Amino acid sequence: MKKRILSATMTSLLAISMLLAGCSQTTQAPPTEPAKTEQPAPTPAPEPAKSEPKQLIVGRGGDSAGLDPIRETDGESFKVTENIFDTLVGYEEESTKVVPSLAEKWEISEDGLTYTFTLRQGVKFHDGTDFNAEAVKWNFERWMDKSNPFHNQDGYYYYNDMFGGYKGDPNHVIKSVEAVDPHTVKFTLNYPLAPFIQNLGMSPFAIASPTAVQAAGADGFTEKPVGTGPFKFKEWKRNDTITLEKNPDYWNAGYPKVDTLVFKSIPENTARLTALINGEIDLMDGLNPDDAETVQGNSDLQLILRPSMNVGYIGFNVEKKPFDNPKVREAIAYAINKPAIVEAFFAGLGQPAVNPMPPTLWGHNDSIKDREFNLEKAKQLLAEAGFPNGFKTQFWAMPVPRPYMPDGVKIAEAIQQDLKQIGIETEIVTMEWATYLEKTRIGEQTMFMLGWTGDNGDPDNFLATLLDKNNIDGNNNTRWANDEASQLMMKAKQANTQSEREQLYKQVQEIIFKEVPMVPLAHSTPALAARANIVDYKPHPKGSESLEKVDIK
Amino acid sequence: MALLSYSIRRILMLIPVLLGMSIVVFSIIRAIPGDPALTILGEKASAKAIADLREVLGLNNPWYIQYFDYLKQIITGDLGVSLHTGASIAKEIGPYLAATTELTIFSMCFAVFIGVNAGIISAWKQNSWFDYTAMLIALIGVSMPIFWLGLMEQWFFAQELKWLPSVGRDNPRDPVQAITHFYIVDSIMAGRWDQFRDVVEHLILPGIALGTIPMAIIARITRSSMLEVMRADYVRTARAKGMAQFGVVYKHALKNAMIPVLTVIGLQTGLLLGGAVLTETIFGWPGVGRYIFTAIGNRDYPVIQSGILVIATIFVLINLLVDLLYAYIDPRIKYR
Repeated sequence: MKKRILSATMTSLLAISMLLAGCSQTTQAPPTEPAKTEQPAPTPAPEPAKSEPKQLIVGRGGDSAGLDPIRETDGESFKVTENIFDTLVGYEEESTKVVPSLAEKWEISEDGLTYTFTLRQGVKFHDGTDFNAEAVKWNFERWMDKSNPFHNQDGYYYYNDMFGGYKGDPNHVIKSVEAVDPHTVKFTLNYPLAPFIQNLGMSPFAIASPTAVQAAGADGFTEKPVGTGPFKFKEWKRNDTITLEKNPDYWNAGYPKVDTLVFKSIPENTARLTALINGEIDLMDGLNPDDAETVQGNSDLQLILRPSMNVGYIGFNVEKKPFDNPKVREAIAYAINKPAIVEAFFAGLGQPAVNPMPPTLWGHNDSIKDREFNLEKAKQLLAEAGFPNGFKTQFWAMPVPRPYMPDGVKIAEAIQQDLKQIGIETEIVTMEWATYLEKTRIGEQTMFMLGWTGDNGDPDNFLATLLDKNNIDGNNNTRWANDEASQLMMKAKQANTQSEREQLYKQVQEIIFKEVPMVPLAHSTPALAARANIVDYKPHPKGSESLEKVDIK
Repeated sequence: MALLSYSIRRILMLIPVLLGMSIVVFSIIRAIPGDPALTILGEKASAKAIADLREVLGLNNPWYIQYFDYLKQIITGDLGVSLHTGASIAKEIGPYLAATTELTIFSMCFAVFIGVNAGIISAWKQNSWFDYTAMLIALIGVSMPIFWLGLMEQWFFAQELKWLPSVGRDNPRDPVQAITHFYIVDSIMAGRWDQFRDVVEHLILPGIALGTIPMAIIARITRSSMLEVMRADYVRTARAKGMAQFGVVYKHALKNAMIPVLTVIGLQTGLLLGGAVLTETIFGWPGVGRYIFTAIGNRDYPVIQSGILVIATIFVLINLLVDLLYAYIDPRIKYR
């Protein structure tokens, strides 16, 4: 009896494997067909015919954390939510200049305390309810009021950060939101905040359908997002695909161009490129800089560059000796061969940085001329600082590639060689990414590397975030505390006109350049690749964008 | 009856095993530096936001309170909520487990079919060219870096020959309607034979990448086990009685050689079901390995804990199944 069961099991096992092996054979060479001299057809059908619905498959490295924009902080989430939702104001196609979106126009009072928005009429959420002033008010109240039943208990990172906390907090900027009439909404502020309008364009501050949030619950909405955007949410297979469908009633007439938009997670950069070459996907981000040439050499593909909104830098923990001495920091600035590093490691997809903010932003100080690579000058400065024979130090290198730092350890090794020539012996230290972030935040590092990608295209978001003394233990990992610079930045934050702010930020950049708390290394232009038939794709500097205009020819 | 009580005892033994394991996992993930609040909020978070979130997540409690809270929750059958996505783990892990199981079954069928047969023939034709070639391939197979193998497969079969798709479980332009999340089953249920074929095509490259090491191990074990059995007296007797060689090998010798092979198959299946991070990463396979691996990067404590708990349970159950199978193969084995 037992014998038979065993042999039956074995036989069926063998049968299954033969069946599966058989399947694989038929795909490789169909035996039923006469052996013609035809090429094996590529598996997926690449070009959709005119009559067929247009599908755009976007390959990317990771999955979204969630799809309720206000709760999210990661770029992978915003890449999707920007296609489902709209914000009150938007940004220009390739810059961070504010343009109308759900709000057609707005007025700012003289004292900078009242913002009155005129909303676009006839806009509907995907669930059929009306977008109006009440909906805007409802969203802001959900975000700002911790006692609101639809406020999430873990809070909203960007709201807290950009608007000074929540209702009742001393620095909270929004005093009230009023629906004056169905198409007019008025914001009253507690104090003037110059980047206010700039902030409203950020991806997290997207207007959600109040009815849908109420129906799904504060926690459930992240899996059932409903907005006014060009695409409607359809399906989410976690770590695999997120599928969106065209919103036929989109207010921006004529858009979107494609019928289905699919975001597919393919973690490995090389595998993602293979899938693109094979036609399984149409568009991909996170191209390895080294693969840019492959893409350019393939007539089926095109290389697309995202305008830079980042900075990669070498920082010094100014609380630790000998980096408390500005001369030592300046000596190292002279000893880093920036152009050579950018040339070698950014594969032509970056430019050497002078200031801690990219030149694509308004307020960038173009008049500052960078220090040239000069080892003699570096040695001289070291000697003046009291280290004629150099010193030994640790150099913390990033363990993961980021757009602003494609290969941390290799770049550190290159800098290590340069520093050796002026007598500075560096030991390269690296650790797992989460650990790296935490330790550099609390100041365990000495000399280190990090970077920043902008959120809202405001200079404050680079300069103050990275170097304001109030952001020590936050993102000011150099722990540089300069009263003059901090005061100027505070003044700029509250100034009324953009030209006034511009002047103040330029002054701040001069102080930073003189004091050298960090050596800005490069601004990179992240590389993307697409099939040759994809048109009108304009990546936005902030790292994510609506794909409504993208078309397949 | 003995079999039943044996099984019950083995299943009860799961409790101390899982308890011990949960303590180990719990301590290890808290020993590694890195703050879940920081990883949730990202590298841009302010210090205050991080402190607030730590409080909300209960990370400020002493570790033993956190552990007992966790234990209480598990006992009530609640696997917890992911810190990263905010979704219920019990709900999230289902599709991942299905994806991993489907790939594992496919890989193991491949590994067993090729491995066992190659091992048998190698033993049967010991020291022949077949034996040498097969064992050389097996040696290369066990030492093959999966990462490299996977990328080479993609380059050759997808990019150059365009025979097979390179990533994912199905064609994103014609996705399978997920019901059971076993796409083979789902495509059959939908009666979509074109999708069935598509799903099988998507299984081939990752299946081979994942199955190569088990295949090589199985081939080597089968060969050595068969060689031992083939020298046994009863095999000689069978031959002396004039039985055909094929019958001797496949009917008489194979069965007695199967016990170590079965053990290896069981262990390997358990390992693969634990999720193959590398294969899943290269082939964009939404499986349980990548789920837990990503959770480690995010310091998503509940997912790491519950995910490993689920996998360990499966591993123990598979080994129990293998132990029970021994009795069918060798009736001399008794369970007490």
